[in-house]
Amino acid sequence: MDLYARRRHKNAAAMGLSLAATAMGLGWLVAILGSLLWNGLSGLSLQVFTQMTPPPGSDGGLLNAIAGSLVMTVLATLIGAPVGMLAGTYMAEYGKYSRLTVVVRFINDVLLSAPSIIVGLFIYEVMVIRMGHFSAWAGAVALAVLVIPVVVRTTEDMLNLVPNSLREAAAALGAPRYHVILQVSYRAARAGIITGILLAVARISGETAPLLFTALNNQFWSTDMNAPMANLPVTIFQFALSPYADWQKLAWAGALTITFAILALNVGARALSAGKANLK
Amino acid sequence: MIDGNAGDGHDMNGREKVAARNLSFFYNGHRALNRISLPIYERRVTAIIGPSGCGKSTLLRVLNRIYDLYPNQRAEGEVLLDGADILSPRQDVNLLRAKVGMVFQKPTPFPMTIYDNIAFGMRLYERLPRAEMDERVESALRRAALWDEVKDKLGAGGLDLSGGQQQRLCIARTIALKPEVILLDEPCSALDPISTAKIEELIDELKSDYTIAIVTHNMQQAARTSNFTAFMYLGELIEFDRTDTIFTNPREKRTQDYITGRFG
Repeated sequence: MDLYARRRHKNAAAMGLSLAATAMGLGWLVAILGSLLWNGLSGLSLQVFTQMTPPPGSDGGLLNAIAGSLVMTVLATLIGAPVGMLAGTYMAEYGKYSRLTVVVRFINDVLLSAPSIIVGLFIYEVMVIRMGHFSAWAGAVALAVLVIPVVVRTTEDMLNLVPNSLREAAAALGAPRYHVILQVSYRAARAGIITGILLAVARISGETAPLLFTALNNQFWSTDMNAPMANLPVTIFQFALSPYADWQKLAWAGALTITFAILALNVGARALSAGKANLK
Repeated sequence: MIDGNAGDGHDMNGREKVAARNLSFFYNGHRALNRISLPIYERRVTAIIGPSGCGKSTLLRVLNRIYDLYPNQRAEGEVLLDGADILSPRQDVNLLRAKVGMVFQKPTPFPMTIYDNIAFGMRLYERLPRAEMDERVESALRRAALWDEVKDKLGAGGLDLSGGQQQRLCIARTIALKPEVILLDEPCSALDPISTAKIEELIDELKSDYTIAIVTHNMQQAARTSNFTAFMYLGELIEFDRTDTIFTNPREKRTQDYITGRFG
């Protein structure tokens, strides 16, 4: 009986500790989102989305930063997602039993957890210094380097979930390998692969460090890919640290915008992976 | 039940459509089949029976070279299809598999519509006008005794069907290609008795046009559906004969023990 009572106490203590830890984690999250909403909503207005970043002391918005972020994120996804998908396809389909796959998987895992500032410095070395100036191209490439490992990982994982019996069934009808991959494997893993790409987009859309060394920032509207380009994260960084109240207000509005964009991407990814449950 | 070979004598057995000669098979150097020689007669059903792990599925997987998908799997000897060795490196495996179809243990509908599941294989080798494609899809589904159940929902997903329907869909998909040989790898092991009966009826009908090899754990199924039976044990072919002979008067004691349930 004594033993049983002790176990009950231990159980209560363990449950109490995990509840406390959960409450603490959630507490910080709520505090962050709360202060973001509180400060961000007051700074949010239509002109945030219609006007350019202002000099201190005058009215303005974040249009050029939002547009720049969109351009570079889309471009980075267009560069990174196909590379990542092809590499992941090699690993799960063609090279499933090869040593190369083991090596690539290991390196990819390292890349997946590499600090993004390192990626920024790397692109600074190989692109910005060689070209002699900061540019939107460099920013997009830096973000693409961050997209690749996420997409490689999810593509490989999702393709590995496709049962071999399905590949055998398609091959048994006389379908060549590429046809099996395109028509059967991709179809079965589609929701998962798209989810991975969305998560990669969510990850890069908030990255600041790699852009600081590559695209830098721009006070003005620019569509020149060979010039520095405005973007939300670096603008937030710059405005939030400034002593000007109106800049700080815009930084809050920008932070709120970015957070909700990422939230929407995550919810979309969730909805997609829930929808694939019927494809098992 | 055993039609077409009421008389004795091997001339009544028909032509050897497929013939394994001294066939051995290795997984990672481990021998799974040991010098198997076995005929599969044209337009007959040949059942392959034996305890788990005896190599019967392995044998089937050699006949359409599906093992080729995996490294470290290797076959030795000869497998003749209409006299030509399919193990030769010059054999195009995709063309071979279009001629030698296979249905697996678990139903494997593709994640696409019922219609596209059937059309998948045909689109690989033929460019058919829509009307003709519709016709071929319908006739394949009719032959697989599935048409009446799915004719109003050809656009529904193949995965929405029941297990028995999925398996008949897989058979329809295979016969839509008009193969010459159909390999069935325990096609009923995941199905209930009603679906099993439907598939067995189907096998009975298909044998008028196709050469069929079926691997089964179910002795009654082998007795009911096949004209010839091969009994395998530990990677060896122990006995091959007409099904009625195997089940009533086997030569080997091991065969007798197995079919009467004394081991296996």
